[in-house]
Parts: sequence; structure tokens; C-alpha cells
Amino acid sequence: MIQHRSHIYGVIGEFESPEQLVHAAAKIREEGYRYYECYTPFPLEGLPEAMGMRRNMVPLITLIGGLVGGLGGFGFQYWVNVISYPMNIAGRPLNSWPAFIPVTFELTILCASLSAVFGMLALNGLPQPHHPIFNAPRFSHASSDRFFVCIQARDKKFHLEATARFLQGLSAHHVSEVQDD
Amino acid sequence: MSASQPPIDSPEIRRLTPVLAPGHTYSSVTDKISAIVLTRPISLGWLIGFVLAFSVFGVLNIAIGWLITKGVGIWGINIPIGWGFAIVNFVWWIGIGHAGTLISAILFLLNQKWRTSINRFAEAMTLFAVACAGIFPLIHTGRPWYAFWMFPYPSVMGIWPQFRSPLIWDVFAVSTYGTVSLLFWFVGLIPDLATLRDRSTTKLKQIIYGMLALGWRGSARHWHRYQSAYLLLAGLATPLVLSVHTVVSFDFSVAIVPGWHTTIFPPYFVAGAIYSGFAMVITIAIPLRKAYGLEDFITMRHLDNMAKVMLATGLIVAYGYFFEFFMSLYSGNKFDVFLVHQRLHGPYSPFYYALILCNILIPQLLWFQSIRNNVIILFLMSIVVNVGMWLERFVIVVISLTRDFMPSAWGRYSPTVWDWATFIGTMGMFVMLIFLFVRVLPAISIAEMRELVAETSEEHK
Repeated sequence: MIQHRSHIYGVIGEFESPEQLVHAAAKIREEGYRYYECYTPFPLEGLPEAMGMRRNMVPLITLIGGLVGGLGGFGFQYWVNVISYPMNIAGRPLNSWPAFIPVTFELTILCASLSAVFGMLALNGLPQPHHPIFNAPRFSHASSDRFFVCIQARDKKFHLEATARFLQGLSAHHVSEVQDD
Repeated sequence: MSASQPPIDSPEIRRLTPVLAPGHTYSSVTDKISAIVLTRPISLGWLIGFVLAFSVFGVLNIAIGWLITKGVGIWGINIPIGWGFAIVNFVWWIGIGHAGTLISAILFLLNQKWRTSINRFAEAMTLFAVACAGIFPLIHTGRPWYAFWMFPYPSVMGIWPQFRSPLIWDVFAVSTYGTVSLLFWFVGLIPDLATLRDRSTTKLKQIIYGMLALGWRGSARHWHRYQSAYLLLAGLATPLVLSVHTVVSFDFSVAIVPGWHTTIFPPYFVAGAIYSGFAMVITIAIPLRKAYGLEDFITMRHLDNMAKVMLATGLIVAYGYFFEFFMSLYSGNKFDVFLVHQRLHGPYSPFYYALILCNILIPQLLWFQSIRNNVIILFLMSIVVNVGMWLERFVIVVISLTRDFMPSAWGRYSPTVWDWATFIGTMGMFVMLIFLFVRVLPAISIAEMRELVAETSEEHK
């Protein structure tokens, strides 16, 4: 597929309140845009639904991490005590599983937590030092007190003027184009 | 307490006492909290405090240096009291850390909004307390450069750690706890680091905060996964925090030493940990809100709630003391009965009475609202509880070890100047880290405060 190369990343609009942004996000979706993203200083209730997001993969990754940690932790202790270096101490069972539970538990938690954090970062594509959205003029407010939406140029429905007018129609402030680099 | 606040007497006004003072907007909370880090000049008070704490931290370094040079003989430990200050302080510090995780994880799962403005520094406190705690078992090994022997690695001797030993469980519990606390804290910090990056006044700050923020841009899809990860971490940290002090209590209760070998130890250790941790959070919160003018964010409601948690966990601890006492007598085991006698009448009985005074009797004052709302008394009381909880660990470690089964194995213990230097040194390290933390990172979660602004503004509509 030939990618449409352009020096424009998208068109950005700004809102003052979370409600306006959630409303606008739903409208943009209704209008048929698919490649757009909202930028908010804190997670907004109802925004994932308005943008049509489905469940994410973080819980599954965490579950897998936890299972690996738990089974691996127990399996390792079993291997150490039964296979690698068995010690017969007055005929006591080698696989003394109750004594292995604390370490198994801790390793379950450890691996699940590491999977949750690094899974989340990997799915989000972080760390990513630069992103075109940082070229937007007032974007520093996205980490403080303003709510942004950016419709990306790669969207099939994207048309610079029409999309900008559409965003203004949703009562977005400071509608402007974002340079790609 | 600011003069504008309403009197907190009637139940109606009580309910309305906010977790966030009215009139705040997204930008005002952002400005106020980030300004402490970005624009506020270093005050003389901060400088003096930091220099003092840093000097005490220097004492710690000297104490550890001398210990490594001479060996653990410079401490007061002996046979039969091989544990002494090192383990007393380890348990004390690790317990203090528990409140941070409780506030950040358990109160998050219970959807307690008042946790928002205290969770960040409580989590920092957890990390610093775990760092202080970790020093003690490490240097108590005598040869800390061999500490890696406690981890399972394929050694040339083909042997492995003893996975049936509570001391190895402890290694796994504490290192997992430290790692997960760090992850939880850092994940919470990412959006705030992005805020600091965007508001930095100098290029250097922008680069440093920018690197730490990992390129966070507040994208809705990122927030979606972020929230899942945060919730899962809270869910994972909750059983973890309960397990850590349980495992610490196994260090004692799995042994057959009189006074240690009881099943009540795990729950009563966990309650004691939360008790001392909340006391430490109050000890830090009261000067912090005063020094940085954060009374709008850390309101009387927070202090009141924390005092109540302290009272409740203190009562659980009192219950633990009572049943420890009762079960020893009821068991009819002569060694257990003798241990109770030693606690009440033995050479270390003043410590036991001081412990009862600090942990059970004085905290009963917290039943009174006027006490809970008096910042100075609350501060003093939090210190009393911290002292009390330290005495508890001293009583557990020292009395049992000095009076076990055979009189020929009895002994006495008194700490040396190096024991004290190490202990006080870790306090200096802890305070120094807190001082640095409030200057370089936002002590209150800005992103969560904005959520609180959004929620409270909805309530007013």
C-alpha cells in the first residue's frame, strides 16, 4: 500500500471542559473518522466508550505474567529441592510444598506487576521521546488544564479545510494544523 | 488549620468538610503543586533541615564503614542475642512502609477519595522506609558483599538457598515489596512528570523530566491502558502488603522461642505495621502541609481520617497484646508463662510498660475529636506511636532471646554507640530522602487532583 506522505500530521482542536471533549469525541466518531486521538490531563470517564475503544490487553498480559511467575516460582523450588540437590533430612518429603508457598506467592506478584507495567508501556509505545503532536502550538496545556482532540491526516475522510471547519463546528477553540516531521 | 475553615462540630458540616478546599480549578492545582518543584526558591528552613539530615546520614555512612572494617563485634549483639538492634530496626522500618502501600492500593480499591492528596508522599515514604529497612539485614549478615548468596543463582558449588527457611522468604518478600512499590510509585508519577516537563523553566529540567516522563502525551488510548495497569497494580499490591509483614512475622513465629511461636503473629504484625505507618504519615504530613502551604489539599479531613485509622489499628494491636498474654497463660506451657512473667517483672519490664503506655493507653485520646483536630497534639501522638512500635519490636526480640529455655543460655543485651549511630543514621537518611523528594518531584499527585477537581465540580452542579 502506498502511504500518502504529507507534511501534515493532523488537525487539532481544544476544549475547556471534559464534557465538551467527550461529546466531541462521540460526534467525530459518528461523522466517520477513525484515526483520531484525544489528549487529556487526566483520564476522562466515558471517553473510551465515546471513542469506541474496546477492552485492552493489559489484564491478559498481567495474568500471563502472574501465571509464569507462580508456576515458574514453584517449579523452580521443586526442581531445586527434588531434582537438582535433593537432601534427605530424616526422611522428610523432598517436595515440602507448604514451605514453598511464600516464595511462590511473592514471585507471582512480582512477575504480574512487572508484566502490568512493562506491558502497558509496550502497548502504549513508550518510551517515545518525540511525537508530532508535540508540534501543536498550545499542546503543553494537555498536561495541565485543556482537553485536545486531533484528527489525523492519514484518515480517509481527512480534508484539511473541511476537517478544520468540522472541529470548529463542534465549538473547539484554537483549531490548527499539526506539522509532521 | 486556616481560619476560614468552618468549625468541625456538627455532623452536617463534618460531612461537608472537603478533601479539597473549594475554588480550585485544573490550572490552580497544577500551578500550586508544580510550583513547589519548579519555581519555588530553596528556603532557608529547607536548607537547614537538609543539611542536618545529611549530616546524620553521614553518621550512618561512618557507622557502616566502621562496621565493615571491624565486623559486627562493634555492636551490642552477643550469644544468645544475635539479633539485637539490626532486626528491631529492620522490622520497625519495614512496618512503617506499609501505610504507604495501604493508602495507595487498598484505599484506591475502596474508592476512598481522600487518599488522593496523601498517596504520593506516602508511597515515597514506603520506598525510603524499605531502603532503610533493607540496610539492616544486609549489614547484619556481617559480610554484606556476600549478600547475593541469598538469591538463587547457579553457583559453582551447585547449592541453592534454603527455600524452607523464613529468612529466605523474607528476602523474596522484601525485594518484591521494594520493586512493586517502586513500580507503583513510578507509574503514578508518569503523567505528573509530563506536566513538569511541559512547565519546566529551564532546558535542563525539561530534559530530565522529559526523559523520566517517557514521552507521555496524555493520549486517551494510553490513559485507558494506564488505568488498567494502575488498577491491577493496586490489586496486586494489596495482598502483597499483607504478605510482607506476615512473612516478617514468620521470621519469629516459625521459631520455637517462647513469646515468638504463636499463630497470632501474622495478623498482629500486619496491624502493627499499618499502625506505625500511619503514625509516620501523620508525622510527615503535618510539617509538610505547613511548610508548603498545602492546607487546601491535605485538609483536616485527611488528618482526622488518618487519626481514626491509627486508632482502629491501634486497637487491633491492643487485642493482639492481650491475646498474646492470654494464650501464654492459657497454654500452661511453663516457658510461655515464664516469658509473660519476664515481660512484667524481668530486667526489661520498663520497656514493656512503656510500650503499653505508648501503643495502647495514650492513643485512646484519639477517641476525642478535639484531640484529632489539634494538629500539634496529633503530631506529638504520632511520634509517641512510632516510639511505641519500636519498643514493641525491642520487647519481642530482646526479652525472648534473653530468656529462653535454659537459665544457662540466658543473657543480657545493651546496644553500643554504633548500634545507635546506625539506627539514628537511617533516620537521617530517611529525612534526607524526604527533603529531596519534596523538592524534585510533586509531593501530591497532580493528575489525580485534577480528577478530584472534576468530581467535586460535578457535585456542585
